[in-house]
Amino acid sequence: MEKGFSPVGLRVLVVDDDPTWLKILEKMLKKCSYEVTTCGLAREALRLLRERKDGFDIVISDVNMPDMDGFKLLEHVGLELDLPVIMMSVDGETSRVMKGVQHGACDYLLKPIRMKELKIIWQHVLRKKLQEVRDIEGCCYDVGADWFTQAQFLGGGEDVSFGKKRKDFDFEKKLFQDESDQSSSSKKARVVWSYELHQKFVNAVNQIGCDHKAGPKKILDLMNIPWLTRENVASHLQKYRLYLSRLEKGKEIKCYSGGVKNMDSPPKDAEINSGHQSPGKSSSYAFLKATETDPKQLAPASVSDPTSGVHMPPKAKKTRIGYDPPISSGVFDSLLPWNDVPDPLESKPPILYENSFLQQQPLPSQSSYVANSAPSLMQEEMKPSYVNEDEFLMPQDKNSTVILQDMDLSAPFSSNATSNTDSIPGSLNWELPEAHHSGSLDTDLDFTWLHGEHFFANSGLQNFQFQDYTSSTSLLSEPPPHLWYGNDRLPDPDEYTLMVDQGLFIS
Amino acid sequence: MNTVVVAQLQRQFQEYLVSLYQQGFLDNQFTELRKLQDEGTPDFVAEVVSLFFDDCSKLINSMSRSLGRPESVDFKQVDSGVHQLKGSSSSVGARRVKNVCISFKECCDVQNREGCLRCLQQVDYEYKMLKTKLEDLFNLEQQILQAGGTIPQININ
Repeated sequence: MEKGFSPVGLRVLVVDDDPTWLKILEKMLKKCSYEVTTCGLAREALRLLRERKDGFDIVISDVNMPDMDGFKLLEHVGLELDLPVIMMSVDGETSRVMKGVQHGACDYLLKPIRMKELKIIWQHVLRKKLQEVRDIEGCCYDVGADWFTQAQFLGGGEDVSFGKKRKDFDFEKKLFQDESDQSSSSKKARVVWSYELHQKFVNAVNQIGCDHKAGPKKILDLMNIPWLTRENVASHLQKYRLYLSRLEKGKEIKCYSGGVKNMDSPPKDAEINSGHQSPGKSSSYAFLKATETDPKQLAPASVSDPTSGVHMPPKAKKTRIGYDPPISSGVFDSLLPWNDVPDPLESKPPILYENSFLQQQPLPSQSSYVANSAPSLMQEEMKPSYVNEDEFLMPQDKNSTVILQDMDLSAPFSSNATSNTDSIPGSLNWELPEAHHSGSLDTDLDFTWLHGEHFFANSGLQNFQFQDYTSSTSLLSEPPPHLWYGNDRLPDPDEYTLMVDQGLFIS
Repeated sequence: MNTVVVAQLQRQFQEYLVSLYQQGFLDNQFTELRKLQDEGTPDFVAEVVSLFFDDCSKLINSMSRSLGRPESVDFKQVDSGVHQLKGSSSSVGARRVKNVCISFKECCDVQNREGCLRCLQQVDYEYKMLKTKLEDLFNLEQQILQAGGTIPQININ
């Protein structure tokens, strides 16, 4: 039985027209202790999702379905409900995968799907929640300690010995070195485009009329937000336009070195594969949507995979803005995929979702949340190689590390006063299938987390595989309980402070 | 419980299962499927493969119809059927069936009706063959259980 951690009660909706797969996936997800609902039709799935608006945490759907294109479903879900969606297919063709990315999939799994891939899907939910929280904050904040990038978050997976993956890891490290060098030199406060802020933006754009005549200056004036700069607006506008055009066109991304694995026609696709591919494993992609950064901060990451010769295009980050249909400005309507969206753009590079661990810039941490003991603990107890600034793992996880400090796993998160508290106990039911043992870090990378809890049941050093999904999506091996707000995306501001004080929360 | 009988049956079971892998009928996914089976769902594998075979039968019938008249072959429909079949077969580890699907798809892509018909025939043969084999395997399992033994967990490498 594979080791690994997955939160109990994660509410998953599986959509697949293949009854065999549906049954298997249901079983697999149940084995992960998730709460599973199955659905054989896309329309049925949508109906279910709409009916139980906050009834699900994540959707997994096959790409090919008789009644509706899986990608269409993906868009509906993403736009209307803002749930993370994972696509699945037997077909691993790059173009299909890219299509998934473009339509907002947070991952793309190849069938046959492995247990370990399902065990870590909660990371997508977590990531989304983190982003939402950040969005709601809506203010600039300092770029905090870079020590956070040293954090190693290992997702569930098989036990992999340290030695085996050493060379892969070094390769990663090197890549990340380039990244962090560039990013560290241009530290600026970032604007978080909160929901309200974006609303103002959209309203301003609307007011001006046709959005491609709306210039950043005009928008800025209309928005009337003192601390916002023209550059902030300009970059947001660009992303917004990209989003619109993406919806409409679904332009194909030319280069992608995401390393498509396991395709049926290996020879011609070999160039896309990285050397780290493990045969027989299905591939999947971590499509991360990082928060928006100031354009100057974007370090163009031209990471070339030596084996593939494919160039990684410069980073373009995109805020996953939660679009809520009821709040409609005319522009929102145009976001709905079933409407025609005028193409406002001259050709701009499409949005690029790249392997997360390559692309993540260190995210600013809430330095106020970083408890004193954390950094030093991390550094002492963790193996030096993982503590380097050049560690590649999710900088986003910066914030996550903070949470874990004072986390009391046994206490359900009670300060979340959302209206769905009844759902929270269920989702907060943390059962760690593995026995924890406190202890220090051993060479198998069973990290002892800050409180001596054995959080990382599997140190997937396999996570270091360049193109390996599991590595790229490694955030935490287990999400803190309070992050399962259940349904509402965000806590109240008061709550928020409370949580912060209790050291339970991240931002 | 006659331990000798049980041991014998278990050995038979093991050999038979291994041979199915060796002959390419099954692949790793079948192993994964067996791992998913537990005390709560002792018939899980049998149920899943049964779903698969039903699906096969349906898909093959519909593709057969599509390929029926040479002057009006709906290759799109056939392609869709092959895709589904491939997906299905990958779910249970039906390796041979899956492999035929790969050739089948190629015939579809070039709109080779004859080729498609041959593949259709082959896929039909393969799934039925697998069905028989697995029925025998499940029979052995039943015999073991009835003799009071447990079904061995076999690691196929």
